[in-house]
Amino acid sequence: MDILITGLLLGGTYALIAMGLNLQYGMARIMNLANGEMLVAGGFAAFWFWTAGQLSPFLTVFLVFPVAFALNWLVYQVFLRPLVKRAKSRGQLEVDAILTTFGLSFVSVGLMLAFFGGDYFSYSYLSVPVHLFGSTWGANRVAAFGAAVVICGALWLWLSYSRAGMTIRAIAVAPDSARLVGIDVRKMAALAFALGGAVTASGGALISTFLTLDASTGVMFTLKALVIVIMGGVGEVRGTIVAALLLGLLETFVATVIDPGLTLAAAYLLFVVILLFRPQGLFGKRPT
Amino acid sequence: MSLTATDWRNLSLSALALLAAACLPWVVGNYHLTIGVTIAMYAVLATSWALFSGPTHYISLATAAFFGVGAYVTGIGLQHLPYWVLLPLAGLIGAVMAALVGLATLRLSGVYFVIFTLGLAEFVRQIITWGQNVSGTKGLYVLTSITERDIYWQLLGLAALVWALGWLIGRSRLGFALRIIGDDETVAKHSGINTARAKILLFMVPGAVAAITGAVLAPRYVYIEPALAFTPMLSFQVVIMALLGGTGRLWGPLVGVIPFTFLWEAISISFPNQTTLLLGVAFLLIVYFLPRGFVGLIEDARRRMGSEGAR
Repeated sequence: MDILITGLLLGGTYALIAMGLNLQYGMARIMNLANGEMLVAGGFAAFWFWTAGQLSPFLTVFLVFPVAFALNWLVYQVFLRPLVKRAKSRGQLEVDAILTTFGLSFVSVGLMLAFFGGDYFSYSYLSVPVHLFGSTWGANRVAAFGAAVVICGALWLWLSYSRAGMTIRAIAVAPDSARLVGIDVRKMAALAFALGGAVTASGGALISTFLTLDASTGVMFTLKALVIVIMGGVGEVRGTIVAALLLGLLETFVATVIDPGLTLAAAYLLFVVILLFRPQGLFGKRPT
Repeated sequence: MSLTATDWRNLSLSALALLAAACLPWVVGNYHLTIGVTIAMYAVLATSWALFSGPTHYISLATAAFFGVGAYVTGIGLQHLPYWVLLPLAGLIGAVMAALVGLATLRLSGVYFVIFTLGLAEFVRQIITWGQNVSGTKGLYVLTSITERDIYWQLLGLAALVWALGWLIGRSRLGFALRIIGDDETVAKHSGINTARAKILLFMVPGAVAAITGAVLAPRYVYIEPALAFTPMLSFQVVIMALLGGTGRLWGPLVGVIPFTFLWEAISISFPNQTTLLLGVAFLLIVYFLPRGFVGLIEDARRRMGSEGAR
């Protein structure tokens, strides 16, 4: 029971991070391997505002979101737009995007190392016990989960019911046909990419309330987010959420029962199983 | 297969160059021999990497995983088996691992493969660390009488093997099939090529070679532990060197390895804290300004000179 709830709490935050990557990969068609660094940057911002000004991480989110949005929009326009233009096929774009975002991820790790040093950073915020279902939980975990649910829910409603959300889903499904019905694919792709980065950075600010981060942990989160996105089905919102909760459960289970050092290995095994038996993802449609 | 005059000329030139390189330990001091070993190591890794990733455009980030496994084969096996058995054994294990990775991912699109290989080194590292925790050991001492010189010659021999293999594959049906896959995978499928099988077979080459390289280099480290043997930096450096040189030609990666090793040596001495940042910048520069590497530059220059000569 403890494992179940801890796992779900962790999975909720993972869902937020993976949702960010899904917007970037599923909708904007950019495999962004610098996604984890955006998360760490969000965490750094929360840490910095808390230690310097006692500003609650949950308020910092409101600051991190627009800043990360602008930053990712710029990254898309400056670095990725030329690649989209020059790519002859989707495969070519993927290779170029992977190499570029790798470069970007190294650059951002390097910058964060230069500014903040290589130490682990953590702070204690809301680390008071909460009683739920007969057990005790850290209030920060519960609050982060709540915030993640709110953001995920808002995002899902926006994608499903607003006009802009529908356009973004349209470019995810059929970028070529979307142009025929008058959608500015380039603009919407940039928007989706920026939004994805903003969501991930907010997830980072939330996750930093209960996890210890350092400048080079980004790639671990990128990997986990990728596993979640592929498990749920690329471009699928519901699938992402279910997959994130599953991964949260599995990780917590492995960490408590076997060894905390094996969490990534567990995620990886799950990935192998998915690739072997359902490569299109739990909720994905089989390519025709 | 018949060899043309140009083939014979290229082959004898390569053999001469290798012989010249083999004389290095008698000519230079210890410091330069160390750099020589580094260059030989990256030349082997980058060339074998490009054998697979060049024609198929599948970016493999698994070099560190194979390398680390190879190092552990030497580290553990040295107490039980004679040294000369270990290198082929490492190669075999590397090839089997590569085949398994290939079976899981190479039937799907390239992105899955990249992600999978990105995590592979970390996955193996976590498993080995866990195994050590359970068995209560920490690192491994690799104490041998193998000198830097022996390592250098072994690597040079391995490099010769990789080049010969690459040359043979390039002339074979498999090489031809891979070039078609790289151009257009759908066309390849429709012309009756078993694309997954071809890709898996070829991916076993860098897997085996990287594992053997790890096995050869283990004595150099003296003490190996998971964090050292599976350092992800290795995979990235191999990718960047191969891309810098250019993957279109067999000698391409070598053209990238030599300048990059010297550059990296200079960077690690002058800016030890900014290496990650500078590696990132190097990645970006190559993608935007040298998409085909030095090979592309050289070929463009040749073509220009050729067309001027014709006029």
